[in-house]
Amino acid sequence: MAHTLPEHPAKLWRNPEPKRSYDVVIIGGGGHGLATAYYLASEHGIRNIAVLEKGWLAGGNMARNTTIIRSNYLWDESAAIYEHALKLWERWPDELDYDFLFSQRGVLNLAHSLQDVRDSVRRVSANKLNGVDAEWVDPDEVAKICPILNTSHDTRYPVLGATWQPRAGIAKHDHVAWALARRCDQLGVDLVQNCEVTGFLKDGDRVVGVQTERGPIRAGRVGMAAAGYSSVLAEAAGFRLPVQSHPLQALVSELLEPVHPTVVMSNHVHVYVSQAHKGELVLGAGIDAYNSYTQRGSVHTIEHQMAAAIELFPIFASAHVLRTWGGIVDVCPDASPIIGPSPLEGLFVNCGWGTGGFKATPGVGSVFAHTIAMGKAHPLAEPYGLERFTTGALIDEHGAAGVAH
Amino acid sequence: MTANSERLPEGGRIDRTKPLRATVDGIEILGYRGDTVASAMLANGIRTVAPSLYRSRPRGILGAGNEEPNALVRVERRGSSPMLPATTVELTEGLPVHTLSGIGALEPNSEAKDLDTRFAHTDVLVVGGGPTGLAAALAASEGDARVLLLDDQPELGGALLRGTDAELLDWAGGAAELLRARPEVTVVSRCTAFGYYDENYLLAVERGETLDRQRLWKIRAHHVVLATGANERPIVFAGNDLPGVMLADATRAYVNRYAALPGSEAVIATTNDTAYEAALDLAAAGVSVRAIVDSRAEPPEDLAAMACQAGIEVLADCVVAEATGTDSVAAVRIVRFEQPRRTVRTIRADLLAVSGGWSPDVGLFSQSGGKLRWNETLAAFLPEHSRQRQHIAGAARGRYGFARCVADGRFAGVSAAESCGYPAPDSPLRPGISERATRVETEQRPVWIVPAETGKPAEWREHFVDLQRDATVADIARACGAGMRSPEHIKRYTTIGTGSDQGRTSGLTAVGVLAWLRGMGSPGALGTTSFRAPAVPVSFELLAGRDTGKLLDPVRTTPIHPAHRELGAEFENVGQWKRPWYYAREGEGMHEAVLRECAAARTGVAMMDASTLGKIDLIGPDAGEFLNRLYTNGFKKLAIGSARYGVMCGCDGMVFDDGVVLRLSENHYTLTTTTGGAAGVLDWFEEWLQTEWIELDVWATSVTEQWSTVAVVGPRSREVIGAIAPELAVSNAEFPFMTVRETVLGNGIPARIVRVSFSGELAYEVNVANWHGLAAWREIERAGAGFGITPYGTETMHVLRAEKGFPIVGQDTDGTVTPIDLGMDWIVSKRKDFIGKRSLSRPDTARADRKQLVGLLPDEHGTLIPEGSQLIGEHTPVTPEVAPVPMLGHVTSSYHSAALGRTFALALLRSGRERIGQTVRTPVGDRLVSATVTEPIFYDKEGARRDG
Amino acid sequence: MLLIECPWCGQREETEFRYGGQAHVDYPSAPAETGDTEWAEFLFYRDNPAGPFAERWMHAAGCRRWFNAVRDTRTNEFLGVYRIGEGQPA
Repeated sequence: MAHTLPEHPAKLWRNPEPKRSYDVVIIGGGGHGLATAYYLASEHGIRNIAVLEKGWLAGGNMARNTTIIRSNYLWDESAAIYEHALKLWERWPDELDYDFLFSQRGVLNLAHSLQDVRDSVRRVSANKLNGVDAEWVDPDEVAKICPILNTSHDTRYPVLGATWQPRAGIAKHDHVAWALARRCDQLGVDLVQNCEVTGFLKDGDRVVGVQTERGPIRAGRVGMAAAGYSSVLAEAAGFRLPVQSHPLQALVSELLEPVHPTVVMSNHVHVYVSQAHKGELVLGAGIDAYNSYTQRGSVHTIEHQMAAAIELFPIFASAHVLRTWGGIVDVCPDASPIIGPSPLEGLFVNCGWGTGGFKATPGVGSVFAHTIAMGKAHPLAEPYGLERFTTGALIDEHGAAGVAH
Repeated sequence: MTANSERLPEGGRIDRTKPLRATVDGIEILGYRGDTVASAMLANGIRTVAPSLYRSRPRGILGAGNEEPNALVRVERRGSSPMLPATTVELTEGLPVHTLSGIGALEPNSEAKDLDTRFAHTDVLVVGGGPTGLAAALAASEGDARVLLLDDQPELGGALLRGTDAELLDWAGGAAELLRARPEVTVVSRCTAFGYYDENYLLAVERGETLDRQRLWKIRAHHVVLATGANERPIVFAGNDLPGVMLADATRAYVNRYAALPGSEAVIATTNDTAYEAALDLAAAGVSVRAIVDSRAEPPEDLAAMACQAGIEVLADCVVAEATGTDSVAAVRIVRFEQPRRTVRTIRADLLAVSGGWSPDVGLFSQSGGKLRWNETLAAFLPEHSRQRQHIAGAARGRYGFARCVADGRFAGVSAAESCGYPAPDSPLRPGISERATRVETEQRPVWIVPAETGKPAEWREHFVDLQRDATVADIARACGAGMRSPEHIKRYTTIGTGSDQGRTSGLTAVGVLAWLRGMGSPGALGTTSFRAPAVPVSFELLAGRDTGKLLDPVRTTPIHPAHRELGAEFENVGQWKRPWYYAREGEGMHEAVLRECAAARTGVAMMDASTLGKIDLIGPDAGEFLNRLYTNGFKKLAIGSARYGVMCGCDGMVFDDGVVLRLSENHYTLTTTTGGAAGVLDWFEEWLQTEWIELDVWATSVTEQWSTVAVVGPRSREVIGAIAPELAVSNAEFPFMTVRETVLGNGIPARIVRVSFSGELAYEVNVANWHGLAAWREIERAGAGFGITPYGTETMHVLRAEKGFPIVGQDTDGTVTPIDLGMDWIVSKRKDFIGKRSLSRPDTARADRKQLVGLLPDEHGTLIPEGSQLIGEHTPVTPEVAPVPMLGHVTSSYHSAALGRTFALALLRSGRERIGQTVRTPVGDRLVSATVTEPIFYDKEGARRDG
Repeated sequence: MLLIECPWCGQREETEFRYGGQAHVDYPSAPAETGDTEWAEFLFYRDNPAGPFAERWMHAAGCRRWFNAVRDTRTNEFLGVYRIGEGQPA
């Protein structure tokens, strides 16, 4: 008999009708929107909040990611915000009183070329000095951590070693969202589903509310947490964002007896995989190159993904793809997010997380809530403003973020 | 239970001349060719499979196809899979079958299967070989259209195979024969389409009779006809998961197609007409059918009469409230449909055949972007609007009954052929199909749930909705009570529909139960959850195809590769290339080999295969102008016969690639790129030429694989070049640095020799046509033998260039480094514009305290700082546990130097040039190592060695 | 897998092509005189509509020509392809 999953609470949320006015309206009822509302209500004393979701709560990228959590990013600015997030992840199961299956089983980021090795050592060295747990491990140690990995020399791109972050791991994404939604609801936040924002109410250059499918809603401040749809919203508000929306695909296998003890990621061979609590393998594929809002990508991307998975994990050959799906990720030119004020007063943006959004959820909530409440960027968000695209002070995480997240 | 004890003495579509033996959980069973594992189990009296996953409840076989949620098995055979439905595995001789509780196990070293991929382009693709699909394929192929018909069974006929109507089966056989005879028709059996993507691109898996053979079909069709049929739905009542509860149509399949008895005393529970056929077929097979429980107040009279004639009682306006029994169904309790639901009767039975109505199989349609709409009469979501060039026909769009399916399929086939430009001659439905078979279903009375008489829905833990996931009405009620409204939330909360059966028997049922719980009339307003590929599970290895192992990514080698192997080179992967990394001799490790190779280059002569460098020919009157716009320095005025080093930036001003440009004639330049950057640079050139500067008359051609290049390096290289190229004047005056000469080598090979140096030593690059590459290498080796010429690899190349402070793009840069950061101000033109120049004056890019390339000399001469190590200030406290430690940059390159007799490094360091002479520190293992910041040049600063 | 019509070669599989992002973004005629803000627009800001999108493709494994296409990003449906220098179809 398989592990049974923890039972969910009997009460999660109300389904309120939207009011005509709120102190803060958050656009987007995904992880970021819910976490932001949670911190606004719990830490900034703002209770008159609505989270507006165009579909069902947490039905966008929150329901579509591969649930990997880690903070071993290269640049100081990235390490700071992701580590902030990881520390909050470690508190959340108790704080939110919800067992969302947070499992710190560690992550291996594999190196397959000499340049991969240099980049990995560089990242580990930076992580250690930034207070992020990280180690460089050689192929023998890799094999000990994850015995099913093919670490032999006789492969097309042998594993030359890996970075290892023991505190990294996975969490059940849906349950995280429900934990947040429940707590938001308890704090009096209105979670309004099936309520798409179609425009903004403006008073000059100041945003004073939103137009929705269900009528206008006024707001003291508005926060955008709409991931792939950020450009569309920005256009409606009258400004541009340096993001492009792409499909990102993922897939799961059938339920399998436990075989994979950790999280493995390889930028070079393009694979990232973990085994969820129920037993399914969860794999992410690459981003499709073209812009799209279709929530589906091209199947050849999945085919490459399978070839890469078998290369690294020969034992996966006979596993089955049970379900594939796509999310829409909004990607910045430097593969880092945008958090901060928008060109319009009263409107704040949080977008451009690309493939990194889930793992940042608590960090975003805390930092974006602070930004909205104070009317200016949280110190951890300061480097992530729109100005950086003009000054050139980019935070280029392509190397660290690459394909895999 | 005895072998084949439940096998009917005659009938079925099994081949009784081909008996087979297999084992299920170690028990031997007998079967025939044509059996599935499930039908053979039933024929041998095995009705119970492995217990359920979470609650360990006894379970039986529910279905007869890929809808099966319970009967999951693992087969210990070559090509086995972790978990398959027993209803889809064909019985073969000696098959060892183990039943599974919904979770499979991966086995290491499972033997490879025979897997392949086939591409197909077709005018019309028909998915499904039942009456609709056969009619569609027949009609579509009456003109000249190319038609591909896929069917997932070993035999064509679809739902007809579950019946006994000889006339219809003959029709199917005739249709199959006709199709196979048509030259433009391809019929593929055992082939399941599982993915429907943009522009009528479909994937399908074709299985062999045995499990170890599979083929992935990749199909692009002009027009698609989906004839995917419909799936029968179960009914939710207490104990509906007991072994013995079976879909009514599945019971027909077992008695009619497989001649296997699923039980001996049966009750039929239905909401519609179709289960009457099951009742009659079961009765005809000798099963004692005790009653038909029909939810409708007035079942159609003709059906009721037929039942009566067969001695079957029809209990109208009734539903099954409960199946009871310890390990399997023993009795069925029947109640009135209307409130109060008083018990009408309890009937002893070991088989309860249920039909909760039919759901058209719209998975592929929905994947293709098609929209669905609820149909109240049929109690189903039906296709409404196609987004692609397709028809969906027959039962898949709620057209039930043979004649309607055939007519609908025919229409779809004709339309499909027409849309491809092949009008089909109009011929009517084949005569001989009697009206009797065209009966159209009458109204049904949907029953999503038969509530328990006591308790609240949140307590109904024996009303099962998803048998594979062990999820019940209680789970849905709980989700609903928690505030969830969307079927997507319900699915995630309860995990209903996420099993390997893809929720075929649970998806819509769950929505129906949700609608009932919410007091809604029907599930119409709630919609379904998304249908996603694959429609049936497919193995990783099938999708990966042959692009695994060595074929994961092509291996590129140079023509000189055999020589490297002979010399015992260790290879490094650089992009797709295999490059010699170092050549260790007997007793040497990498360290010793590299020191020896370096010493040879600095004191004698050494040679390296440089063929992997990207090479691009630029030809045209505007080639010089074009180069001027792309490189940071000028090339328009480069003298013919001369060479110049150049750097390119992206629009953002960051270094993107570098190389040497030769001018061969007025309008002909040729240039090198980094090994990894070759394709990107050509793309870059073509993009600018085609999309921005279309007025420039320049042609860019990759010649990377047209030329082999051997670098000859060291103080004695001139003598080697003189020896191989007798016609060439090699003195410094006659062949100066950064010039190029065309000559013919002594062995008759034409060569282009360039005097360039990536080591600071006197050096040449000998370029020859690719097919002469190996011969040129051997010639240089021969000529250099007397001088002790030493082959060297990429590691030595890196050391030599680092000693001179030459950066490697991609190692000493990372996309955030400008030419100024590299200290290459001298190469950045002040006069002309170039791509990226504007970006250099952006506020952040123009800052003086950017990270700059510097040298580092560790205080301990023998300590090698690992490449990648971060640098911190001399007095910075290292307390990351308190707060992040401020970092100044990182080590990009680090080596032991034979020439310097010590270690050294290159680094990108904040305000690096200002810090020259200062000390920085870096963690190495558990300690901190100090190093002095220097100019990024360590050897022959004056450049005295360049000319030999 | 998209099916893309190269205006020179006809319909080919997506895997033969390289994506080039938004079409009709001109290189600034006088970069030196372009302000930081406008330069940033050129470098990093591209349209990202949910709907018809004029974009560039290159037939990398074919004729290696760049061309433009209008595609609906909500459905992936190509509404038209046209050669460089030709106007965007209405």
